[in-house]
Amino acid sequence: MVLGTYKEVVAARSTDKQIQKLAQDGGIVSGLFCYALDEGLIDGAVVAGPTDVMWKPEPMVAMSSDEILAAAGTKYTFSPNVWMLKKAVRQYGLEKVGTVAIPCQSMGIRKMQSYPFGVRHLADKIALMLGIFCMENFPYESLRTFISEKAGVDFDLVEKLDIGKGKFWIKTADQMLTIPLKETHGYEQNGCKVCLDYVCELADVSTGSVGTPDGWSTVFVRTDAGETVFKQAVEAGVIETKSMDDVKPGLGLLEKLATDKKTKAMKVIDERKAMGLPVPFKGSGEKEDPLANV
Amino acid sequence: MSILARIKSFFGMEAKPDKEASQEEVEKVAEEKAKPRIGYIHLSGCTGDGMSLTENYDILAPLLTDMIDIVYGQTLVDLWEMPEMDIALVEGSCCLQDEHSVHELMEVREKAGLVVAFGSCAATGCFTRYSRGGQQAQPNHESFVPIADLVKVDLAIPGCPPSPEIIAKTVVAAINGDMDYLQPMMDLAGYTEACGCDLQTKVVNQALCIGCGTCAMACQTRALSMTNGRPELNENRCIKCGICYTQCPRSWWPAERINQDLGL
Repeated sequence: MVLGTYKEVVAARSTDKQIQKLAQDGGIVSGLFCYALDEGLIDGAVVAGPTDVMWKPEPMVAMSSDEILAAAGTKYTFSPNVWMLKKAVRQYGLEKVGTVAIPCQSMGIRKMQSYPFGVRHLADKIALMLGIFCMENFPYESLRTFISEKAGVDFDLVEKLDIGKGKFWIKTADQMLTIPLKETHGYEQNGCKVCLDYVCELADVSTGSVGTPDGWSTVFVRTDAGETVFKQAVEAGVIETKSMDDVKPGLGLLEKLATDKKTKAMKVIDERKAMGLPVPFKGSGEKEDPLANV
Repeated sequence: MSILARIKSFFGMEAKPDKEASQEEVEKVAEEKAKPRIGYIHLSGCTGDGMSLTENYDILAPLLTDMIDIVYGQTLVDLWEMPEMDIALVEGSCCLQDEHSVHELMEVREKAGLVVAFGSCAATGCFTRYSRGGQQAQPNHESFVPIADLVKVDLAIPGCPPSPEIIAKTVVAAINGDMDYLQPMMDLAGYTEACGCDLQTKVVNQALCIGCGTCAMACQTRALSMTNGRPELNENRCIKCGICYTQCPRSWWPAERINQDLGL
């Protein structure tokens, strides 16, 4: 259960060459949003769009494939996408909204759907939530420290950021720089330390690079809504899949990382409770499965 | 008697889980259960909460005719004497200088099994917290407090106004005796001093903020924006309704209910 409830898990990638080139890994989020837009399954999607400041995203409502692709790739700092959902419905007039969310964002959205105290006419308009695996998130200044100080490169020269194989990767046009992940520790935001969700357990479909080879993504199909869209996209040939049994490193690595995150977070939660600090989650002694996301 | 036992005894049922406020269930409940007697008490509020209730067009007719009896309420029922009620929905804060409001609230507590702070004015004082009097028609009316300052409140449904959806979900949960769903409302009955700055003191200061933006999305007056991944409050716009902190995923976390709603 460290990977949450799901109907199916596969290795997958977008078959579109342009998406493959622009996307972080398998282009699952870009591919599914473009497909869902084309098919009218969503009217638009809230994504982490580019701004004038390199690597500092802002939530934006993408209404076309071009806008989706402009937002492709992982940013590793805050993009409060949930904020933009209301605008997507009220100002853009969307009836079926897609959104990409990291686990904490998915929790804000799902809580709003189950308990929409002050949020009117929005809960039922979230048509597709694509979740991204997330170990932690960094304030923008932390990111600047990695890039400008530790790696010593100009922000504007950076073409891609990535985390994998124990390293933080910074790719420019002519070089590939790395920082050991150990050196990034202490720079993550503190709120991540009580988070028990690595694989976005509450999304309709969740995806990330871990578990599959370069250029592919691991995909969990979780809800009925997610299953409908994902199956259609695969049948339409927009997404190609492989069994997780046929790829390396496979689910084992995901299970390990998810367990690590949950174990560490559980310890912090228990410590906070012992100190009398507030924390919305149950302590390890209060629940049956100490690693459950409750 | 505990609040749980009281609700259950009113409706003569045990708690049971319920998924959605669907039309079928509403009708089923309507057939099976004795109708609870509801009163609507209007103190210092703008009627927005009541209007939000009526926006549940699809279930409003069966709700009013088959599921509940509205037994008391200005403009709703031609009755001067407050009757015994199972549930009293109180909209608006209570003005301490208005003896009629204070008396009415006291009487509500006596006559109603359950007192619900319906909307943020009743729950947290909301906008009326800013009143400083000195205005016509009663210049001495200046002190408006959440009703829980004066009487014991069993459930609070904050919102300015509460959404039509939360009202429908709450009504169906109450009639079905779905106490799990109502638990957060019972907890929120104690949340009477609300402000946008709660995000700073109760979330950011407590090392819990993750910059998701739910607070800024939920804010009903656009008093909140997100700067460098943290909520930034424009105090001039904040009406102290408490919705930002109520919706924050790091204030309270209804895990079981969410999994149930998602079919996970």
